[in-house]
Amino acid sequence: MTVESTAARKPRRSAGSKAGATGTERTTRTTARKAAEPELVQLLTPEGKRVKNAKNAEYAKYVADVTPEDLRGLYRDMVLTRRFDAEATALQRQGELGLWASLLGQEAAQIGSGRALRDDDYVFPTYREHGVAWCRGVDPTNLLGMFRGVNNGGWDPNGNNFHLYTIVIGSQTLHATGYAMGVAKDGADSAVIAYFGDGASSQGDVAESFTFSAVYNAPVVFFCQNNQWAISEPTEKQTRVPLYQRAQGYGFPGVRVDGNDVLACLAVTRWALDRARDGEGPTLVEAYTYRMGAHTTSDDPTKYRADEERESWEAKDPILRLRRYLEASNHTDEGFFAELEAESEALGKRVREAVRAMPDPDRFAIFENVYADGHALVDEERAQFAAYQASFATESDSGLAAGPGGK
Amino acid sequence: MAESVTAKNLALAKAINESLRRALETDPKVLIMGEDVGKLGGVFRVTDGLQKDFGESRVIDTPLAESGIVGTAIGLALRGYRPVVEIQFDGFVFPAYDQIVTQLAKMHARSLGKVKLPVVVRIPYGGGIGAVEHHSESPEALFAHVSGLKIVSPSNASDAYWMMQQAIQSDDPVIFFEPKRRYWDKGEVDTEAIPGPLHKAQVVREGTDLTLVAYGPMVKLCQEVAAAAAEEGKNLEVLDLRSVSPLDFDSIQASVEKTRRLVVVHEAPVFFGSGAEIAARITERCFYHLEAPVLRVGGYHAPYPPARLEEEYLPGLDRVLDAVDRALAY
Repeated sequence: MTVESTAARKPRRSAGSKAGATGTERTTRTTARKAAEPELVQLLTPEGKRVKNAKNAEYAKYVADVTPEDLRGLYRDMVLTRRFDAEATALQRQGELGLWASLLGQEAAQIGSGRALRDDDYVFPTYREHGVAWCRGVDPTNLLGMFRGVNNGGWDPNGNNFHLYTIVIGSQTLHATGYAMGVAKDGADSAVIAYFGDGASSQGDVAESFTFSAVYNAPVVFFCQNNQWAISEPTEKQTRVPLYQRAQGYGFPGVRVDGNDVLACLAVTRWALDRARDGEGPTLVEAYTYRMGAHTTSDDPTKYRADEERESWEAKDPILRLRRYLEASNHTDEGFFAELEAESEALGKRVREAVRAMPDPDRFAIFENVYADGHALVDEERAQFAAYQASFATESDSGLAAGPGGK
Repeated sequence: MAESVTAKNLALAKAINESLRRALETDPKVLIMGEDVGKLGGVFRVTDGLQKDFGESRVIDTPLAESGIVGTAIGLALRGYRPVVEIQFDGFVFPAYDQIVTQLAKMHARSLGKVKLPVVVRIPYGGGIGAVEHHSESPEALFAHVSGLKIVSPSNASDAYWMMQQAIQSDDPVIFFEPKRRYWDKGEVDTEAIPGPLHKAQVVREGTDLTLVAYGPMVKLCQEVAAAAAEEGKNLEVLDLRSVSPLDFDSIQASVEKTRRLVVVHEAPVFFGSGAEIAARITERCFYHLEAPVLRVGGYHAPYPPARLEEEYLPGLDRVLDAVDRALAY
């Protein structure tokens, strides 16, 4: 709507007619909502049927080489990731974890994009990328240390080119951009991918990472999982335009993909990574998906969203749709699903046991790695802490700590 | 060059420039980043000529986005580079404060030592140059309170040269506060000398009656105070801390055990400032040596004033001498 047309409506608005103020606002909102309707790249419908049209042809060729075995692999990844996630949620309920951020519903977005990566690519996740971690070969039990409270990370970022989870929303998009600038300087053809959510898209750091990556033509893919909710705030509280369209203002392409379609996520991410490798700079991928559970185990989504909404998204379940496709294509048999179920059970058991066996950190870990080169104050406080700890041993040794009627 | 001339008389800003040049020559992983650092050479010309000689891929003009500058520097460090970033003025560092505090300072610890972040954040700081607001502040205590960061500030050209070398070579993030009102002060720089440890304080004037502790822009003032006090027969020792974190309490303690009196001088507000930390620890360490409470001279708990009032706000000769007299009167 132009300024002139708004002005033209003013007299009618003040006249209080039906087409007045409310009508004008309604028109604006409707326009925004219409523009926000998903224009998805989709290769598999919720019913599990392959989609072939002019719109997705450009991306479909990126999965032309995907074999039935690959498809079963993607299915396996999603099932096991969901099982791991469910186990972690249960462990939180049992008091074994302090918190958990579930990825339920986002398996396709994470496995599709994660399986598009090469080993030498580098991933900068937020704190919900358990499926991507799985694809990178990070042992899932290592993801639980920070949620149990035994460390603030839990894996060597350079071991799997998978950076530590970042809690401050959006910060990691700048780290990814800087890392990608370094990749370009090195003349390497690897790419970098930054994960973030729809809420993070409102953060200044994300905007700055778009600016920097565009200006320096950095080989980075911004993978936004729009799961519709930033804790209790819907996407409409973050943006008035579809998120993928943000990229245009920074001078690089943005594309919206069906985030519950693992094949489409694989295809679009491969396309974006190829662009990065070919020196064509950044891409924004908006994976349009849904967080079926709570934001974290501390959250209560029943306070802010309707059951019908979740139900409508359950019909688009990423795992179910691939299963339907596999079955319809005769790519699997009952043996496959039975084996996977057994594998899933074993993973759940392993995760439960690993978490319960996780030792508390050594108390002196407080002072470790604060500085790479050391720091006099840390040394001094470590010594004080050691003396304090030792004082208990001394008291115990002399019988002072034995209490009334001691030995 | 046929003959090596190692001692040069350089302005402090030029000393940093030569130090950055040396780092760029020595280590291909060193990068300079910031707003206007390229063709212009920085608003204070500290990076003058570096882009011309090392190219746009080593000396990088950035978008006007401080969080972006520090955040991308973190990513470059993760890739194996050693970025030296310039924040144009003290008051402009706050958009980057989140990246510095939540990311730069903590990533080494979070990764259990697996990643190192050798990033230097250069911040021209402090007042006395008649600037407009946000161009004269001294936020060092805000950074010193954060573990994982090292905070240093040279007071003279030689230290500026060598401390920058050491900051760049450090595997820890270093916030490098440059005393902008001393940028044009010249001093001898021996580029072949073997520097002392980065975090060792230096006695810049020996004395017996009272210790003046300062860093960065206030060291010169304290030397002037000591000279003025000497005319009145008072023999003051002046200690240049050079580093705010870590802080060389051993050197302060040694001096205070000799002089028995301590006055701390900095431009930053006194309330919760580095002087408070020094006073508390020295009181703890030297309680039976002290003849007077540790006194502090610094800025007020008020926004940095307009330039026409900054001489009232900043510690000057008379305010420091007044504190010296009060300490000696006990």
